[in-house]
Amino acid sequence: MSSTLERRKARAAWIFLAPAMILIAVFFVIPVVAGLLLSLTDFDLYAISDPGNARFVGLDNYAHMLTNATFWSALGNTLKFVVIGGPLSLAVSLGAALLVNARLVRLRGLFRTIYFAPVVTTLVSVAIVWRYLYHPRYGLLNWGLGLAGIEPVDWLGDPRWAMPAIILLAVWKNFGYNMLIFVAGLQMIPRELYEAAAIDGAGSVRRFLHITLPGLAPTFLFVSVTTMIGYFQLFAEPYVMTQGGPLGATRSVVLFMYEEGFRWWRMGAASSVAVLLLLITLAGTLVQLRWVRRET
Amino acid sequence: MSRRRWGTFALHTGLIAGAVLTLAPLFWMVAASFMRPGEANQLPPPLWSADPTLDNYRQLFTRLDMLRNLANSAVVTVLATVLSVMVTSLAGYAFAKLPFRGRERLFKALASALVVPAQVGMLPLFLLLRELGLVNTYAGVLVPYVASIFGIFLIRQYALGVSDELLDAARIEGAGEFAIFRLVALPIIKPILVTLAAFTFLNAWNDFMWPLIVLSDSSMYTLPVALANLVGEHVQDTELMMAGSLLTILPALIVFLIFQRTYVEGIMAGGVKG
Repeated sequence: MSSTLERRKARAAWIFLAPAMILIAVFFVIPVVAGLLLSLTDFDLYAISDPGNARFVGLDNYAHMLTNATFWSALGNTLKFVVIGGPLSLAVSLGAALLVNARLVRLRGLFRTIYFAPVVTTLVSVAIVWRYLYHPRYGLLNWGLGLAGIEPVDWLGDPRWAMPAIILLAVWKNFGYNMLIFVAGLQMIPRELYEAAAIDGAGSVRRFLHITLPGLAPTFLFVSVTTMIGYFQLFAEPYVMTQGGPLGATRSVVLFMYEEGFRWWRMGAASSVAVLLLLITLAGTLVQLRWVRRET
Repeated sequence: MSRRRWGTFALHTGLIAGAVLTLAPLFWMVAASFMRPGEANQLPPPLWSADPTLDNYRQLFTRLDMLRNLANSAVVTVLATVLSVMVTSLAGYAFAKLPFRGRERLFKALASALVVPAQVGMLPLFLLLRELGLVNTYAGVLVPYVASIFGIFLIRQYALGVSDELLDAARIEGAGEFAIFRLVALPIIKPILVTLAAFTFLNAWNDFMWPLIVLSDSSMYTLPVALANLVGEHVQDTELMMAGSLLTILPALIVFLIFQRTYVEGIMAGGVKG
């Protein structure tokens, strides 16, 4: 190939990339960098009217956050959501994928669509729907439990139950997404492996443990990392269902950041919360990658 | 019954039970939206209204002026989808088919940006849009959806399959690079553009946090923001809130059902490729 042609292609590439790169730079990269800087200032309501009022305060915001009980409780709530809700949602996704993908299933496409439907629904809407399902007196859930002889639970009013209630909603809303990815992963496992195992007399449990699970390993890494990143950003569910209550039991890190930044306009402090969230997400991702590398 | 038939029976029982549990909340929302005020709050919970009414929907459109919010959502979402497909397809194609120095490095840098939570940039982005006078405007809401890194990846992956010989043949015939993109590449990558359009539509339609931050007048609210606002004062009006929830969900669900196949394939491809 002539170098004029290569130059022509490179020029075209930059022209084609320009709109996307400019938008990403202006509306993503620069704000993220600015967020890091903002977290080092005392930017607040007075600085909004005149940015000259903001002062550089070094790591003060971080120091304050690390001694702020509300921040720690929000982090604890979020971790509870990530550590319990994440694996639970993966387990339901995997179960649904195995069911939908089973060889004898009829109307496979219909079941897949039904299980996936909650994923495309609007989170705010379904959070409102579930708020009523959780109603202690008239809610469908307590009524169903009552039929089984279980005492009514004040799902969203009891600090012990509010986070489990939000986890249950999130699992219902999200499991269809990872189900699809598991189905794709299952379809990548060669049929012959199962046939050979069946000839060797391996039962279904052993086939699951020795063929299906190892075959899904790369899929597991992908879904657990993406699910974790997404779950760390818990926001709309508590905002709509509990406003972070009762007694702060469902206030997440992002909800706390929102309140600091956009309710009290303490934008410097709120930025430090966002940066801490970034660091925690990164740490979680690295731990999972490390863990997988050791396993294999 | 043979063992195999028992297995099939148990499997389908499980599948149907799962489907009932999955659909129950959505079914209840539909049913309650047609009930008279207070009807949903009875024991045992009624499964369907004794006397169905459209009154809740009438209230949404008259007293609560949600047609306005529906229009806001529609404008923002359609603009975001159209712009995103244009901007992202050009970029994805360039990454796949137009070599230039530093391409791999730029691509890797974009990939690492995917782990950064959007919230880190949200506060400065809000201040930036405030300086630009874009707070409380449609433009302000749709800014984050237009250039999506995920979308660029999706298009690039698909565009890698476009044959270089075909592009070179067009070059020999004297076509310019943009004409080649539009007339040769675009028709080939059309399926993935549909996938991307469906993704962007659903993301923009369902998004909550960013429109909540950037919109301040209730007349500018998108549906999810209007709905979250409404539940504060109308929490007792179960039936009305269910009508509002259904109104918000329905367009998303319809778009999904129309583009189901391509949407589902997009997710599955993304997951396997990692």
